[in-house]
Amino acid sequence: MRRMSALVRLLCLSLLLSLGAAATGMWPQVAVAAVDAFEFETDEQQRRFRQMSDDFRCPMCQNTSLTGSSGGVAEDLRREIYLMIMDGKTDEEIEQFMLERYGDFIFYRPRLTVETLLLWFGPLLFLVLGGWIILGIIRRAQPMTQEQVALNDEEQQRLKALLDNVKRD
Amino acid sequence: MSRMKLFIPVFIFMVMAVMLWRGLYLDPRTLPSVLIDKPLPDFELPRVEDEALISKADLPDEPFLLNVWGSYCLPCLQENPILMAAKEAGVVPIVGVNYKDKLNLARLWMDDNGSPFDFSIMDADGRLGINLGVYGAPETFIVDGNGVIRYKHIGVIDYKTWDEEIMPALAAVKAEATL
Repeated sequence: MRRMSALVRLLCLSLLLSLGAAATGMWPQVAVAAVDAFEFETDEQQRRFRQMSDDFRCPMCQNTSLTGSSGGVAEDLRREIYLMIMDGKTDEEIEQFMLERYGDFIFYRPRLTVETLLLWFGPLLFLVLGGWIILGIIRRAQPMTQEQVALNDEEQQRLKALLDNVKRD
Repeated sequence: MSRMKLFIPVFIFMVMAVMLWRGLYLDPRTLPSVLIDKPLPDFELPRVEDEALISKADLPDEPFLLNVWGSYCLPCLQENPILMAAKEAGVVPIVGVNYKDKLNLARLWMDDNGSPFDFSIMDADGRLGINLGVYGAPETFIVDGNGVIRYKHIGVIDYKTWDEEIMPALAAVKAEATL
């Protein structure tokens, strides 16, 4: 019986943990391709363009990447990224360009700053907390060993006295 | 002690309830602008009125409103009477940024609805908009006499926002200018 309830509690906890993980955005995003007729000189340029369009968030239709958004500003930002790539700008320079204009919001993958510490390590914190609680539950649900159950002499005496009492009644 | 432990779930519930309750009233569309207290970006673009090329140097040298608008934008139409009234009362100069629009449509809009603008900058490809961190009309900036962005309002201006946000912010910038 004791074991059973421990198991139920464990299940509930793991469900709660996975909910927490989902809420903090650990699941991968589904990207939808947008139609742009950009021509690249190398595959590497194209790869960088795709990568960055996925990693920047559309400021207008929030919760969509630049790739997946058909909003006017997303279209313009894709064009800017394209032009900057063709202009030989590095990824860092392009990120800086976006940051200066739209702030941290533009990054789907937030930068690691003091403000985003909890965002980055919150899930880990919950995991550790959950693990700690599970460990506690498991430890308590452990059946007692022979030695823990065994009575010492004094206890044996008391038990005997009690049993004698019962018999006399 | 172990009895206190029984209250942990209630405590967690209360913390979450307060946070989620507050979350209900946050507007996710209002993003903090990183351009506050930064100078306006440079530009050289035609004026909607006469297609003459203008640049930063042609902007008013006193505090003014920079209003991002488009003929396709319904909220812009909605806030037009407020801006018109402000122009007629001579409260503040208003410069328009005609964002991702067509010249003939923009002119038609101004003929139909009246123009509250001293003049409008034609940003057909939206590049000035990007440099201003704009993500959709209408957006309104308060720019001081030195060409520095001091305030940004995202979305339509109604009488409430005009009285409670724009006017106080404008008054603060103006008061500073006369010091």
